[in-house]
Amino acid sequence: MSSQNVMLITGSRKGIGRRLVEYYTGKGWQVVGCSRKSAEDFKGYRHICLDVSDEKAVKDLFAMIRKEYGRLDVLVNNAGVASMNHSLLTSMETVQKVLNTNVVGTFLFCREAAKLMKKHKTGRIVNFSTVAVPLKLQGEAIYASSKAAVVSLTQVLAGEFAEYGITVNAIGPTPVKTDLINAVPDEKIADLLKQQIIGRLGTFDDIINVMDFFLNPASGFITGQVIYLGGVSG
Amino acid sequence: MNVIYDVIDDFNEEYSDYHLEKTPNTILFGPGRQLDSLGFVNLIVAVEERLCDETGQSLTLADEKAMSRQNSPFRTIATLSEYIQSRLEEQS
Repeated sequence: MSSQNVMLITGSRKGIGRRLVEYYTGKGWQVVGCSRKSAEDFKGYRHICLDVSDEKAVKDLFAMIRKEYGRLDVLVNNAGVASMNHSLLTSMETVQKVLNTNVVGTFLFCREAAKLMKKHKTGRIVNFSTVAVPLKLQGEAIYASSKAAVVSLTQVLAGEFAEYGITVNAIGPTPVKTDLINAVPDEKIADLLKQQIIGRLGTFDDIINVMDFFLNPASGFITGQVIYLGGVSG
Repeated sequence: MNVIYDVIDDFNEEYSDYHLEKTPNTILFGPGRQLDSLGFVNLIVAVEERLCDETGQSLTLADEKAMSRQNSPFRTIATLSEYIQSRLEEQS
């Protein structure tokens, strides 16, 4: 059983998820992470290989957390896949993959996390949406739709979990320099940035700032909210 | 059945608003039930967790099959017990 705060981060092998692992283990959190591919464990961090949309694997992960850590304080649903393509050129395989990871995965982790958090009558869930939702970006029909679903999940689950003392919020980042946007042409990114009030790429520190706000013990009255970066309005 | 009775002991202690009797005919769901919808959710989640501890199997009891049955497997403690047994056999 852990006396330290325990956080679960999905999609923690690389990109923003990896940076979150480094940041929060550095702050003394016990962090459990997961992704489809393996990653090294280190002090304060344990990695589990799974597909976030595999219900059995997800339930087994939560059973492990319950038995070995005895608690879960924070869930960060960071795992996500993108698809940047015109809808007429988007395959069903891509549609399924994006919806499975971004919507099904987020839902499954929220559901199982709430079961564990409700025992202690406290918990924080932070989901990842995107500015592509309010900006209605062309070429991102499935990605933006899946992340719009994450916004709905956040708002509905905030209501359902409130009586358990669990807050559910979401962050809507602008593009950040990670693998997720590597394949997007520079001119597309430049066009997107022009639509933001503050026209620059997001940074990891921008995300951490919002994360820390949601996780702050004083933020217990903040739930069902989506904070978009770069001045984008929902 | 014992798993459900153990959960009911804990449940009655944790939620003083309820006093569920440990009998096969105790109604859990539908007309005549004592539990409100959130109480029912809490009970089923607690049963899933206890089953996982005792059998090592992670079941989601309220799945599509269960919810679409004409006779709800959640109606009484006896029907829930039978349903759990069948789900465990399916998985093994």
